[in-house]
Amino acid sequence: MARRVSLFVTCVVDQLFPRVGMAMAEVLERIGYQVDFPEAQTCCAQPAFNSGFRKDARDVARYFLSVFSGAELVVVPSGSCATMIAHHFAELFPNEPKNLEAALALAPKVHEFSNFLLDVAQVDDVGARLEEVVTYHDSCHALRELKIKEGPRRLLRKVRGLELREMDVAEECCGFGGTFSVKFDEVSGAMARTKIESVMRTGASTVVSIDSSCLMQLQGALSRADLPIRTMHLAEVLASR
Amino acid sequence: MSATFDRKIHETVSNPELQLKIYTATGRLIEGRKSSISSDRLPEYEELRNQANSVKKHTIDNLDYYLEQFERNVAAHGGKVIYCKDGEEVADFVLGLAKEREARLIVKSKSMTTEELDFNERLEHHGLESVETDLGEYIIQLAHIRPFHIIAPALQMTRYDVADIFTKHLGVTETVITKQTQIARTILRDKFLAADIGVSGANFLVADSGAIVLVENEGNARLTTSAPKIHIAVAGIEKMIPRAQDLATFLKLLGRSATGQPLTVYTSFLSGPRRGEEIDGPDEFYVVLVDNGRTKLLADREKRESLHCIRCGACLNICPVYRKIGGHSFPWVYSGPIGAIITPQFMGPMHEPSLPFASSLCGACAEVCPVKIDIPKVLLELRADVKKAEKRDGQGKLERLAFRMWAWLMRHPRIYEMAGMMAGSLAPEATNGYIRAAPPLMNHGPIRGWLSQRDLPAPAQKSFRQMWRGR
Amino acid sequence: MSRDNILHKVRTALGRSVDQAPPPAPPARISVPSIGKEAKIESFLIRLQALAGKTHHVHSVGDALEYVRRVVDGRPAVASNAPLLAECGVTSLPSVRSGLTDRDELRALCSTAAVGITSADYCLADTGTLVMIASKDEARLISLLPPVHIAVVNADRMLSGLDELLETLPLPAEQSSSMVLITGPSRTADIEQTLVRGVHGPGEIHVVIIS
Repeated sequence: MARRVSLFVTCVVDQLFPRVGMAMAEVLERIGYQVDFPEAQTCCAQPAFNSGFRKDARDVARYFLSVFSGAELVVVPSGSCATMIAHHFAELFPNEPKNLEAALALAPKVHEFSNFLLDVAQVDDVGARLEEVVTYHDSCHALRELKIKEGPRRLLRKVRGLELREMDVAEECCGFGGTFSVKFDEVSGAMARTKIESVMRTGASTVVSIDSSCLMQLQGALSRADLPIRTMHLAEVLASR
Repeated sequence: MSATFDRKIHETVSNPELQLKIYTATGRLIEGRKSSISSDRLPEYEELRNQANSVKKHTIDNLDYYLEQFERNVAAHGGKVIYCKDGEEVADFVLGLAKEREARLIVKSKSMTTEELDFNERLEHHGLESVETDLGEYIIQLAHIRPFHIIAPALQMTRYDVADIFTKHLGVTETVITKQTQIARTILRDKFLAADIGVSGANFLVADSGAIVLVENEGNARLTTSAPKIHIAVAGIEKMIPRAQDLATFLKLLGRSATGQPLTVYTSFLSGPRRGEEIDGPDEFYVVLVDNGRTKLLADREKRESLHCIRCGACLNICPVYRKIGGHSFPWVYSGPIGAIITPQFMGPMHEPSLPFASSLCGACAEVCPVKIDIPKVLLELRADVKKAEKRDGQGKLERLAFRMWAWLMRHPRIYEMAGMMAGSLAPEATNGYIRAAPPLMNHGPIRGWLSQRDLPAPAQKSFRQMWRGR
Repeated sequence: MSRDNILHKVRTALGRSVDQAPPPAPPARISVPSIGKEAKIESFLIRLQALAGKTHHVHSVGDALEYVRRVVDGRPAVASNAPLLAECGVTSLPSVRSGLTDRDELRALCSTAAVGITSADYCLADTGTLVMIASKDEARLISLLPPVHIAVVNADRMLSGLDELLETLPLPAEQSSSMVLITGPSRTADIEQTLVRGVHGPGEIHVVIIS
């Protein structure tokens, strides 16, 4: 009997990188899950929370809780959004016991995509094939809050034809940081350039990450530098055949 | 952000030589730390961090008790504790003592707390000579600039910068590093031996011993505290630890986190003037305990952990933002992630309102902090504080309105979808899905900020929800 | 008065009252490994050598004296009043002054001496550290002012590390106004992160272990 998972694709994927969401759904179905998409979903409230607008964050978080109240398992193609929901929602409701309870009940059901595959589905080989030289960027929230480091690399090593090379600054922040990317655009840009210089040194043709915001930042910098290197979300890599 | 902050950041980020210097120097310190805490060199690293965190928390949460215990023990060993509420009171005390003892020359070892208090400036204003003896501090004192880094004050300088400073202020030109060091050593040796008062900071205050602990590599702190007849240690009240035995935890973390050294060359444990049959050492020993706003930070339970800091500098070295903007971009003496969290708490959120936002919240700082301060969490609290303050002051209306509207939109999925479609239709021309430039009408605010540094992905032809529906 | 004011502010900030006992502190973490004497000596020598300290392991006071004589090489030197130094005959070497108890005289000699000779109260094996406690036998400046420092120590003073030191001596302040841990020669990397030795303290350090 197929287990049901609900997708929270994130606003960035929904509006800018929909193929990531489709790829994630495809992989989940391939390994035997029934996938649904609660259409009323929008955003995890991270932009407001990170910008210091806690009331606005609370309003959106409340809405999120209502949209996903019936979900058994929620899979998210982003470490930062998964962290927002699973770690920070509870901080928003110190004075709202019902919502606090809902947030705490939801937290263990929310999984970042690579974590879901390895820890819940317990698979590391989804039958993918991609003949590329790839380097992996460790997204900060995933790395430091969800302790995701080896997992995506393990999944990538099972992709047929794929060669994984490590960049020397894999763990350094790409410089996105939400509104930081535009409030401190010069610094953000410099951080992105440091990363892509490191990518170039690996000789990889593709940068992979589990967070589309990071990929947006890196791809933007790669594109601006007219470099032929492309970015792919882990889900897109794993969906490749 | 303020124009000053913006300008300083720009000057640093757009200077390729400076960028290389900062990156290389911090890179070395990062590697040093990493190899010294590796699982074969220090398997108990995480355990020590947890221990340090809980000891600091306990001490700070019961600080009055330990302050009084410390005071009693200092007195028992022949020393005296002086409490000062700010830099002016510290200067008054030192000037008063100097006058009584007819002291004219002070030698100083490195102390960020004294930087914070404008110690040298205050004394010089009253005709007292106060000479920095740590090589990096000596150089920046000559040049009249602030430290660039909490533990490496002249991190951004080359030997040629130092040569220029020595030529200008000492009348001697030398570009070889060993010779530059020799010049400083010779000059400062005379100062040590002639000084009337030695002023130090304190890395730790030890309550059960009435002692201060000083860690250093050069020997200048030892000389400062052993040669002159009077020793004054100036320290923030938060430097307290309960017991000498806690040093088995803190000393293992401090040197490694700062430079990768299991122990610095000299660690001094000083508990008063010379006593009994001891042959040398000072005749008088004072510990000046400074508030300067720390009691304000203490009162904020959510952010109180900011006072756990042992000033190792590890967060500066690892911070990708510090590594681009450097220490001089920061608005106060403390730079890097720790500077970003304590500055708004000492100076008020509106001192530099964008400071808590000068971070991508990557969390690398929290990962390396030996006492486990959750810096990103404090930054997020400070961001909320800034927005509250702006609201109170009637500022930031546009942004507040924008987020209000955004929050409304995010609760109305169909309208959100329509907004997405509209953005898609209004988006400028894209090549391979990426936009390089926006028309003047659109080239403002966030769009302009983004496009100044990198290309922007064009909104997708069909959003995910549209694609899903069409499945 | 600032004292009462500040303490009051601290208590108010913490919600504590005067004379309120704190909850028990987390116990201090002291973890002493069990290492054999020979292994400790070996570790000490290796660690100090890695920091460009010079070491010499001897089995007689005669050999210790010989080493010291060679390093001093007739240059003006000051020796502390540690009994071990007299026992070794170090204090009888021609250019060595010792037995000093006057602070000013000692200081004047140390500032012109080429070598300072001391013993040490303890050695820490895991870091190559000398532990010097100020007393009538050991002045502070002898191991600090001259550009060369020689320490002659008996191997039975060897401890495994900082934990064992603080287990042995939990309250160093009871003994002396000054306890200094010396780990290698004085150094700085303040200019261009380039290592330079002998900035203010001795740039050359020799430790002779007698076992």
